[in-house]
Amino acid sequence: MSNVPADLKYSASHEWVRARPDGSVEIGITDHAQHALGDLVFVEVPDAGRAVKAGEACAVVESVKAASDVYSPIAGTVLEGNGALATAPELLNTDCYGQGWMIRLQPADPAALGALLAADAYQATLAAQGG
Amino acid sequence: MPFVPHTDKDVREMLAAIGAPSIEALFDEIPASLRIQGLDGIPSGMSEMEIGRLMSERARQDGRPLAFLGAGAYEHHIPAAVWAITTRGEFYSAYTPYQAEASQGTLQVIYEYQSMIASLTGMQVSNASLYDGGSAVAEAALMAVRAHRRSKSLRVLVPTTVHPNYRKVAVSTAGNQGLRFEELAYERASGRIDAAALQRFDGEDITAMVIQQPNFFGVLEDVDQLTDWAHARGLFVIAVVNPTSLAILKPPGQWGAKGADIVVGEGQPLGVPLSSGGPYFGFLTTRMEYVRSMPGRIVGRTVDLEGRPGFTLTLQAREQHIRRGKATSNICTNQGLLMTAATIYLSLLGPVGLARVAEASHQRTQELVAAATRVKGVRPAFDGPRFHEAVLLLERPVAGVLRELESQGILGGYDLSGDYPELGHALLVCATETKTTADLERFASALGEAIRKSARAA
Repeated sequence: MSNVPADLKYSASHEWVRARPDGSVEIGITDHAQHALGDLVFVEVPDAGRAVKAGEACAVVESVKAASDVYSPIAGTVLEGNGALATAPELLNTDCYGQGWMIRLQPADPAALGALLAADAYQATLAAQGG
Repeated sequence: MPFVPHTDKDVREMLAAIGAPSIEALFDEIPASLRIQGLDGIPSGMSEMEIGRLMSERARQDGRPLAFLGAGAYEHHIPAAVWAITTRGEFYSAYTPYQAEASQGTLQVIYEYQSMIASLTGMQVSNASLYDGGSAVAEAALMAVRAHRRSKSLRVLVPTTVHPNYRKVAVSTAGNQGLRFEELAYERASGRIDAAALQRFDGEDITAMVIQQPNFFGVLEDVDQLTDWAHARGLFVIAVVNPTSLAILKPPGQWGAKGADIVVGEGQPLGVPLSSGGPYFGFLTTRMEYVRSMPGRIVGRTVDLEGRPGFTLTLQAREQHIRRGKATSNICTNQGLLMTAATIYLSLLGPVGLARVAEASHQRTQELVAAATRVKGVRPAFDGPRFHEAVLLLERPVAGVLRELESQGILGGYDLSGDYPELGHALLVCATETKTTADLERFASALGEAIRKSARAA
């Protein structure tokens, strides 16, 4: 059973979004996603200042099995990519909801978070996929 | 024995399994107007005996000319052991096996190849080879666009001193992917990139610059100055090099203050016969920081569960069988057999042997130019330093002179008037270690005779 924290929002493509007190959001990949990918060997995060659209591929995670795109669940401007992942990609495997965060984003529309999946709804999509 | 993969019975069983009435039915979605009904002009089958005779007759028509033709493919002595070893059954496949790790010997050869090419070019990492020199230039341009994090222009400067075929291949391959290749002129006196022409690009967003060393005219570019110019303006430097020359010239990894970013070239001079134009192989090396933008596959050395050393394909997560449309390349291929020959060639010669080949080729070319320019109506086109090719300016059109030389059993060189009409009657010639002093004298005397004949006929 995957770990799906109740206080986060989710996308069907297995990204999570955390609302931060200053109005920005933090984005990463879910426990289900890191488990499916296996041991991560490389993570590419976007540069600060980049504008991304909702659903746009903005990062790449590479495991020994595959390289996959990570899609931004909402539109906004990149404030910071997690530089620690360049030398420690395994943080995505060991702490995907904490130190393994990938992108900090200033949302174009704060209300966009409301359209994302709540934890129980994401949990239901995993169950439907047999996860 | 002919290779027939499936018997009629196999075919019937496979069709029955998928519920198709015939093989023809599998193609019914292709409109009839696009289908070829018959192959006119292609004769029906011949017996092995007949085809063997036909091919040996055709091969005899090529003859064994005394060749002074270079222009991207070079005649070097290939020790007999190179192809005796390469064609052993264990190596004799053009491809990396699909279950690659089952063939440790194949992987070790690729690993050794990568180590030698990285060392020769002065770079940190090499892939397992590419299709040929021209496509390697196209791959390098695409790679520069992927790896460059700041430049968004997709503009690549390509001097006209880069091989004309490489430029055409780059445009055909990458032009439709949004890359714009912009030409840079050369100095008429030296045959080198015109450094003054670079100034108009100051302050503009340009992704990369290609520098060929030695350039297509055989002339040595001022690679340190050009590399520093490019890096000061944020351009990637793509070096296109002749691998033989690297035994005596500064490797691209040491060009300028920082060294080139991507190095590519045609691998044919390393043990691959001319073979009427191919197959050859390309090589590509880079810095470690760009390895994930590099096309193709890499073999790495590792240890197994018991700690024993072994070889494995690594970094293949971005190859097309996994990444499909988002792969680092969907055109690159590993030329396994030719890369194997190059690895054996380099092993047999060693660094000292390769340097002797390079020095002898340079020396022979200097002698060739001296002998040829003593002929009335022949002068050197450029005053810059050269490696093992040179441009000669003739008083008469090159095509007629070459025809006359050919009738004397001499392949006289490459006619530049098609690609560089502004040079006039310009002939690109090359001499390698395979040529003797007598060969050079024979060339000079035949060249003089051909020019005189051509003048009389006019």
